[in-house]
Amino acid sequence: MTITGYLLLGAALFCLGIYGVLTRRTAIGILLSIEVMANAVNINLVSFARYSGSAATELFAVFVMALTVAEVVVGLALVILVYRALSHTNLDEAQRLRH
Amino acid sequence: MLQYLVFALIAAVGLLSALAVVVWPNLIHCVLWLALLLLDTAAAYVVLDAPFLGAIQVMLYAGGVVTLMLFAIMLTRRKGGVAVKNESDPARRWTALGLASGLFGLMAWAILTTPGLADAREQPQAQARELARAFLGEHVLSFEVLSILLLAATVGAIVIARRRDFVGSDPPNVAQGGKS
Repeated sequence: MTITGYLLLGAALFCLGIYGVLTRRTAIGILLSIEVMANAVNINLVSFARYSGSAATELFAVFVMALTVAEVVVGLALVILVYRALSHTNLDEAQRLRH
Repeated sequence: MLQYLVFALIAAVGLLSALAVVVWPNLIHCVLWLALLLLDTAAAYVVLDAPFLGAIQVMLYAGGVVTLMLFAIMLTRRKGGVAVKNESDPARRWTALGLASGLFGLMAWAILTTPGLADAREQPQAQARELARAFLGEHVLSFEVLSILLLAATVGAIVIARRRDFVGSDPPNVAQGGKS
């Protein structure tokens, strides 16, 4: 098994995540798509670690996990705040946030 | 032969569940598809000889993040019915499809034309012991910065989502008043 397959899988998952971010309208849908993208990056990192054998590459994957969790926590807090203010989480219509 | 089969299975399940996450209309089902994708990724980590990361993935994501997402969806439901329409108009969808597939084509071209990539051999992966040594030895500063970041994110999330008025008032008033 070569590394190419895993890299292609990561690229495909990343592009699916980008499609989701661009087409979803609710904030939680966008957060879910961002999760897909972060997972794709992590698959890339772990497969690079597998084929280079360095511990630092694997550490990067752990960093990405922790950063993603922090981002999800803050993102969901923002979603709840937006919902409390507007009673929905449709980001296309959330223009009152400008004021 | 077997490893190709396992990789094909992992890739198929991952791609299908990721597709379901980004196009499924019902958000709750989306989260469940995401859970499948995360477990599939954990399986990929195990196949890539990183079982420790796979365990972290299952505990942190499939356990924590998915639960958090479900809670957030339940909390932000529109009263008495399905939430807002989740689909964009066709023009935006086609633009997004074009952008995403274009990017995939670019990345696939880069991956397939990089010399020497296909010749890379599998190395012994760093296991939990080496990982811990690297984390608390050479990379201890980034470890501490990461812990501060997590602390800041936790405090920030509490501050952002805190309810500012405890006496009952309509949610729109909070937005318009801003200082309630």
